[in-house]
Amino acid sequence: MNVLSQKEKQVSIIKIENIHKTYSEHQALKNVSLEIPKGSIFGLLGPNGAGKTTLIRIINQIIEADKGTILFDGITLNENHIRQIGYLPEERGLYKKMKVGEQLIYLGQLRGLSHKEALNSGKSWCEKLKIRDWWSKKIEDLSKGMAQKIQFISTVMHQPKLIILDEPFSGFDPVNANLIKDEILELREKGSTIIFSTHRMESVEQLCDYIAMINKSEKILDGSKQEVREQYRDGSYFVEYRLGEIQPAPDYEVLKTEEISRGLKKSLVKYNTYANPNELLRQLIDQVEIHSFIERIPSMNDIFIHLAKGENPETVAA
Amino acid sequence: MNKIVLIIQREFMSRVKKKSFLLATILVPLIFPSIIGGMVYFKLQEEKNKKQEVVRVLNESDLISFKDSEDYKYLKVNGPLDSAKTLFNQSEDFALVYIPEISIDKPEGISFYAKTTPGVRLVERFEREFERQIRDIKLTRSGLTETQLDELKTEIQITSFNLSETGDEEKSDSNVVFGLGYVTGFLIYIFLFVYGAQVMQGVIEEKSSKIVEVIVSTVRPLHMMIGKVVGVASVGIVQFIIWIVLMGVIWTVVGAFLGIDAAQASGMSSEIQEVPTNDLLDVITGVNWLQVALLFLFYFLGGYLLYGALFAAVGSAVDTPADAQQFMMPIMLPIIIGLMGMFLFVFEEPNGAPSFWLSVIPFTSPIVMMGRIGFGVPAWEIALSMVLLVAGFFFTLWLAGRIYRIGILMHGTKVNYKILAKWLTMKN
Repeated sequence: MNVLSQKEKQVSIIKIENIHKTYSEHQALKNVSLEIPKGSIFGLLGPNGAGKTTLIRIINQIIEADKGTILFDGITLNENHIRQIGYLPEERGLYKKMKVGEQLIYLGQLRGLSHKEALNSGKSWCEKLKIRDWWSKKIEDLSKGMAQKIQFISTVMHQPKLIILDEPFSGFDPVNANLIKDEILELREKGSTIIFSTHRMESVEQLCDYIAMINKSEKILDGSKQEVREQYRDGSYFVEYRLGEIQPAPDYEVLKTEEISRGLKKSLVKYNTYANPNELLRQLIDQVEIHSFIERIPSMNDIFIHLAKGENPETVAA
Repeated sequence: MNKIVLIIQREFMSRVKKKSFLLATILVPLIFPSIIGGMVYFKLQEEKNKKQEVVRVLNESDLISFKDSEDYKYLKVNGPLDSAKTLFNQSEDFALVYIPEISIDKPEGISFYAKTTPGVRLVERFEREFERQIRDIKLTRSGLTETQLDELKTEIQITSFNLSETGDEEKSDSNVVFGLGYVTGFLIYIFLFVYGAQVMQGVIEEKSSKIVEVIVSTVRPLHMMIGKVVGVASVGIVQFIIWIVLMGVIWTVVGAFLGIDAAQASGMSSEIQEVPTNDLLDVITGVNWLQVALLFLFYFLGGYLLYGALFAAVGSAVDTPADAQQFMMPIMLPIIIGLMGMFLFVFEEPNGAPSFWLSVIPFTSPIVMMGRIGFGVPAWEIALSMVLLVAGFFFTLWLAGRIYRIGILMHGTKVNYKILAKWLTMKN
């Protein structure tokens, strides 16, 4: 994962300030502010019903925020930006009776391409994803996986600056999911920014540079993946060892211990002083034969569950 | 704006390319004339094959007499009534008329027996005949001779004219304008349902195929709705034009083959045999067809846009056509009221208050005004009705748009009227 340079970080493609949105009785977004750095893969995380889709719909101008502003590349979000955005919604589909080619041209034109541009771009994407033969087939004759490729093409065929994927991997078969992952990385290389919204944390670990977490209509966390992890380090270490037991001491506590094979044990040790881990290691070496000593970096899942439920990541830990 | 055009194009092309469109476009002009032709044919056959019916008469009075006609042969039978009834029942005869001894001033107690309920016209025909005979007797009693009586019989046919404001006379025939109003009003009624249902179907399809969210991320929901409604309308207009042309061609070809027969048949079908052919042509050419055609187009489009938007709103609020049923009633009701109003009021009293109101209120005006138009409607009433219709469809477009923008993004919600009302007032 390439980390963005300091210079790039400062430029954001989307700047959201103090967005509020209420549906009759339900407040969907409460004072949400976010910045999405240009050229990043930005993970918008949160449980179902947290307000992710509402936020995405506001960026897509499908609905309007009650309060707050959104800047796209420094300019207040307006209809001209539709051309710059590609959107793959969670609830996605295609016109079943239309042919693949017609459909791509139509959707491309709706995004602001000319007929010719849409035709050329549609064809070259179909070639790239090896589905050129389906150009004249009706959507209803395609398999689900094939239709998913068409949906993806329609999202990116107009070379948008910002690509928004809402739960992109739900419903995608593993082959397509991998293909899409590769394409996403390639698009980022070419300068597109990708927002991707999900409640499945494992995909975030791999792909995202930045994340924001939304829970119960509020943003509860954002920053680069490294920063966030750094923030949630708690000085606990996995220690694998033989011969004897780690004895409790005032500097650290043993959170749990398990035997992983004959004679080999694994303990999670929390170092209370947050000092140099060498100190901790020194104390342990005196007691047992150390085989490995690794800091436990909280996974996104741990942090997410911790924040969403207000639980301590320690109790959630593997 | 460009995007609305794109949507209209897609809606139009996707429908026109369907086999069902081709089928309907070709079959309707063939089927309708053949149905009418078939009916005319059977009517003519019936007239030709009509056999004289036997009517039994038990006549105890000497005031009334019976003379065989083309249709009926009268058979005198003897009383008493009970035995005559029994014998009639055993016979295959058509009817039994019983005339007791009646006084000329109080001709009461005449009865008509048939094995099935006789048509109103049939009984009336006997009543008229008996009344005429009694009147003749009364006139003779007061001293008139037979010759004088014959001279009293006059047959009059009234030719009616429409006197326009400029003083021009147009020969009018209420049968023709009735037919015109009936056909155009009924066509609009059918079109409202057929194309309205197509709009609703289309919206439900978009919702269930889940394409809708992608589309509304590129166009405003209201524009998407307008595009769909106008797209379907353009299909309707094209289809209608093709029908008119095809039917014109078929009519001309068939007419050329059958020659005079066709003209006779057309006379029969609208029950205007009494009007001589030349007069009928006068009447037909007297109708301002251009005006009727333009108004038809206007009321078809206006009515369709008004209802099309509402159909779209219903489609957006539901997930399946079955769920749509509960919201159909308030849309169908005014359409049906329009049709009933045309039959009940317009054809009875084309310029009465109910006819006026139904033809200016936007929800019924497309049907009712077309029903009235042939009878001659003052220009200001047409203008008022048109303005209100335009205002009406802007209103329903706005109303439907507010439901549509929320509805199309809702999946799996059980929607009722209360929720619809909430959507109406919701901010975007």
